Amino acid sequence: MASGDIDVAYVAKLARIALNPGEIEKFGAQLGALLEHVAALEKLPTADVAATAQVVPSVNVMRDDAVVPSLARETVLAGAPQREGSYFRVPRILAEE
Amino acid sequence: MSGLLDGAASEIARAVNARESSAAELVDAALARVGERDAAIGAYLTVADDLARDRAKRVDARIAAGESLPLAGVPLAVKDNMCLEGTRTTCASKILENWIAPYTGTALRRLLDAGAIPIGKTNLDEFAMGSSCENSALGVTRNPWDLGRVPGGSSGGSVAAVASGTAPIALGSDTGGSIREPAAFCGVVGFKPTYGRVSRYGLIAFASSLDQIGPIGRSVGDCALVYAAMAGVDPCDATTVDRQVEPVAARPREDLKGTRVGIVREFALGALDDGVRSVYETAYRDLEKLGAELVEVELPTADYGVATYYLIAPAECSSNLARFDGMRYGLRVEGPDVGATYELTRAAGFGDEVKRRILIGTYALSSGYYDAYYVRAQKARTLIAGDFARAFERCDVIACPAASSPAFEFNAKSDPVSMYLMDYYTIPMSLAGLPSLSVPCGYLTPNGSANPLPLGLELTAPLFADAALLGVAGAYERATKHSARHAPAAAP
Repeated sequence: MASGDIDVAYVAKLARIALNPGEIEKFGAQLGALLEHVAALEKLPTADVAATAQVVPSVNVMRDDAVVPSLARETVLAGAPQREGSYFRVPRILAEE
Repeated sequence: MSGLLDGAASEIARAVNARESSAAELVDAALARVGERDAAIGAYLTVADDLARDRAKRVDARIAAGESLPLAGVPLAVKDNMCLEGTRTTCASKILENWIAPYTGTALRRLLDAGAIPIGKTNLDEFAMGSSCENSALGVTRNPWDLGRVPGGSSGGSVAAVASGTAPIALGSDTGGSIREPAAFCGVVGFKPTYGRVSRYGLIAFASSLDQIGPIGRSVGDCALVYAAMAGVDPCDATTVDRQVEPVAARPREDLKGTRVGIVREFALGALDDGVRSVYETAYRDLEKLGAELVEVELPTADYGVATYYLIAPAECSSNLARFDGMRYGLRVEGPDVGATYELTRAAGFGDEVKRRILIGTYALSSGYYDAYYVRAQKARTLIAGDFARAFERCDVIACPAASSPAFEFNAKSDPVSMYLMDYYTIPMSLAGLPSLSVPCGYLTPNGSANPLPLGLELTAPLFADAALLGVAGAYERATKHSARHAPAAAP
């Protein structure tokens, strides 16, 4: 788990955040420092330990498959950056032929 | 009327239920105080005048109709990462700066049903990521004890509202210490209940396996009253636990006879500055004087808490915050295509700390690094929780500092890792899901400072021992009276 060099530009692409070259350099150094700190975990004997996703155990919490009222369409669309009638208006996701 | 605001929440409710006062009068008094005091403090991002007056009328009507409500007319400040229908809910982020919540979260709704009146939404580190409130994109909050210092974070606005006397009670959220550290910095009580005790429905998610809503108040009793009104299973949050909530004792314990208090060997006070150390030595002695038996316990993996947390919490946040893409709500910055729109929206909408954590989390979850970082951290979490379980075989509660220092000055922690280490004493408990609180335990005046600054004692109990924890903290508070002191900004 060497801290190594993080390809910040690639990680930012995965995270869908546009970064300029100055930010890539700044975040790269800061993430490097954090990874040095978390490298301490290598010292813990974790080989035979189960992973904990959540401390209070709960399994398959089910509910009845019943129809209940939901938020009104107008209420939800009121927060939309752009709308068209009763739809969210979003950029085209498929290129034209 | 404003005198009532300085009393216990239970006393406010009693006066309103007995019709010696009214919710409307109390809300007017609280809003007047916000007007007088909050320009200097900056606790609130939104003051909900109209909503508060409307809710107050409804509470007064219910009282007139013969109802008796546990929080009748008690003004409440709400951290601005909790949804309150019809009110701006920002997470102190530009990406949600103008978003109006379309519904009210469960914990908050239960408090409103119990008669509490929401007077405003309070500042926080953006998306609750921070320990000083300096990461807010929407405003500066100052510590009511010393305006040159931070209130702590991330629930900085909520603790500052209580400490400056504008609201007797507040809601905060705690992921790695975000209720306890600021409560310590501002000399109020802040309680993080057992994970799963209070519904997270309507709390805008940061790290879902750690986030927990909790009360902030001037006393343990006030926090207990708020906790009792909102705890319990909620069908809207499948992680709430369907198990009877142990009743909180109506009267504080007189002493701590028969209670074993664990002192953690790895948290030796020698690491602290002299003044801080002496406050905690006195606090431990005071627990002993109350009849508690002090026992040394070991948490050998607690030292790995911060490292573990800064993999797990960012991993969960990178996933949770993926929803802020400019499509259905919040800010949108148009680019030439949909991918660029996502990237420009998130670049403009998120501040540096949020970006840092999304980047860390994305990296820790990415192909080739998942086992080395995320899975290893989850295994470390197992070890940390196991250490606590063993320690609680020997004690009933654990006592330790809530933070290694009193509130620091603005811009004192420019390096992210040094800020992350502020949560050294609070993170292990969060990773283990334990109920944990900070109660004022003394004051010290740093060199060059004009004002005394509060320190907090952190008390932690086993899972679901929330009521017992409040009992121990109540006895300590009653005997030491540290909570009774007011910040200069709240001078009557």
